[in-house]
Amino acid sequence: MFAYESVQELISAADKQGKKISELVLRDQAEYLEKESNAIYEQMHKNFLVMKKASEDGLKKNTRSASGLTGGNAIKMNQVVEAGKSICGRVIGKAIARALAVSETNACMGRIVAAPTAGSCGILPAAVLTLAEEHHLDEHDAVMSLFTAAGFGMVIAKKASIAGAEGGCQAECGSAAAMAAAALTELMGGTPQMAGHACSIAIKNILGLVCDPVAGLVEIPCIKRNASGVSNAFISADMALAGIKSAIPADEVIEAMKKVGDAMPNSLKETAEGGLAATPTGKALYKKVFGRCGDEKL
Amino acid sequence: MDVFSIIGPVMIGPSSSHTAGAVKIGNAAASLLGEEPASADILFVGSFAKTYKGHGTDKAVIAGILGMKPSDSRIKTSMNLAKEKGIKIAFRQGELPGAHPNTMVITLAGKRGKKVSVQGASIGGGNIVINRINSYPVNVAGQNTTLLVFHRDVPGMISDVTRLLAIRDVNINHFSLSRNRRGGAAVMAIEIDGEMDDDIAQEINRAHNILSAVVLRLN
Repeated sequence: MFAYESVQELISAADKQGKKISELVLRDQAEYLEKESNAIYEQMHKNFLVMKKASEDGLKKNTRSASGLTGGNAIKMNQVVEAGKSICGRVIGKAIARALAVSETNACMGRIVAAPTAGSCGILPAAVLTLAEEHHLDEHDAVMSLFTAAGFGMVIAKKASIAGAEGGCQAECGSAAAMAAAALTELMGGTPQMAGHACSIAIKNILGLVCDPVAGLVEIPCIKRNASGVSNAFISADMALAGIKSAIPADEVIEAMKKVGDAMPNSLKETAEGGLAATPTGKALYKKVFGRCGDEKL
Repeated sequence: MDVFSIIGPVMIGPSSSHTAGAVKIGNAAASLLGEEPASADILFVGSFAKTYKGHGTDKAVIAGILGMKPSDSRIKTSMNLAKEKGIKIAFRQGELPGAHPNTMVITLAGKRGKKVSVQGASIGGGNIVINRINSYPVNVAGQNTTLLVFHRDVPGMISDVTRLLAIRDVNINHFSLSRNRRGGAAVMAIEIDGEMDDDIAQEINRAHNILSAVVLRLN
């Protein structure tokens, strides 16, 4: 069984057995959860369908969040992409629209899959759904790639953190982007080592990002950071697939992320006391949502 | 940790700690009440007190009390469902020294007169800890199916209960016991591997010196 204590463990096992990381993670988890591989796959397939529905709903419904702060941006982005006017092109454009869609669905109390968290729930679905659509991939392969994403996610959760309150936004949107980058790499036929480099590059690109939600809500800046996170996943995977290597190995990058998170002051770890939450507009939005009953410090 | 703790859970947004965790604490309170609720009084503490409206924590906890799970799309409309059922609801904000920043205390009164008070904390990623049930300090995470046994504080109770579990091939993976005073009442929190039949709890319920036995299934 895997200990999920290093990315190297996953890569070495996959190389040795000549298998994809996703296949090994699925087999390992079937053993760990004492279930048939089919049952584990089916459960992941159900999660995949929830992701798909959240993305479709978010692109259709022009809803506002419970706080009234956010909503409607996924539709705007999608219209630009469908009109062929996205300067990022169709793939990244669609991925941005989907990441916004899933995150907006989350903000208005819709059903999502935490991946790894609710705050970062748009990145992985946007990455996998968009690549699958644009490259006409099998649904089976898309579902399998989630096992690769989960394998990397488990290592990050063990070695560092996937909670904004512990590691800042790098731990949420950074972890999600790294997981997505590894999944995209495998989906495009990259080697396990390439998936490792994609994971490294994605985390390096977001290292140090703080968690500073306005009014403590999973909306500003979280929703747009999901769009940024999925773009990060695509460029990281693209570089890895081109044979570009990360100079720092994935395991050391993840350890660095842990140390950076530990060194971050509490005001920048989901307490809504620093960063964007502490700007004049951030404070004004807080008052608008919560009136006078809130914390005077804000 | 497994794949579905990383790609999962399926939940209603926006926040695993403020929404999904709140549903689970509501579930725990409803299970402990064990009858239709007539009224619910919820005290929000710390971060819950400050942000519960924007996160839908109020809707989430009521949904939990109505027995919904964190992935139930009706969570958004739980207030109306509670109103239709004639449940009186009160939300309060307050302080609880030493409590986790995301803590709530749910006090439920049932239609047949039973009452229960449950203090729980949402500790991140949709995970919770029940810290207090009525006057008993407990430490129940609810990751596993958990049997709570309230009983008189007399010798031999642990062996009586664990023997009944052993006969039915139920394996315990975590056990804790707390009491309010010597010779008074006590509660065992027994976490098990896999599942157990409800009739085991009923059998324990009928045993000598047992006040009640409840099975919590929060995952």
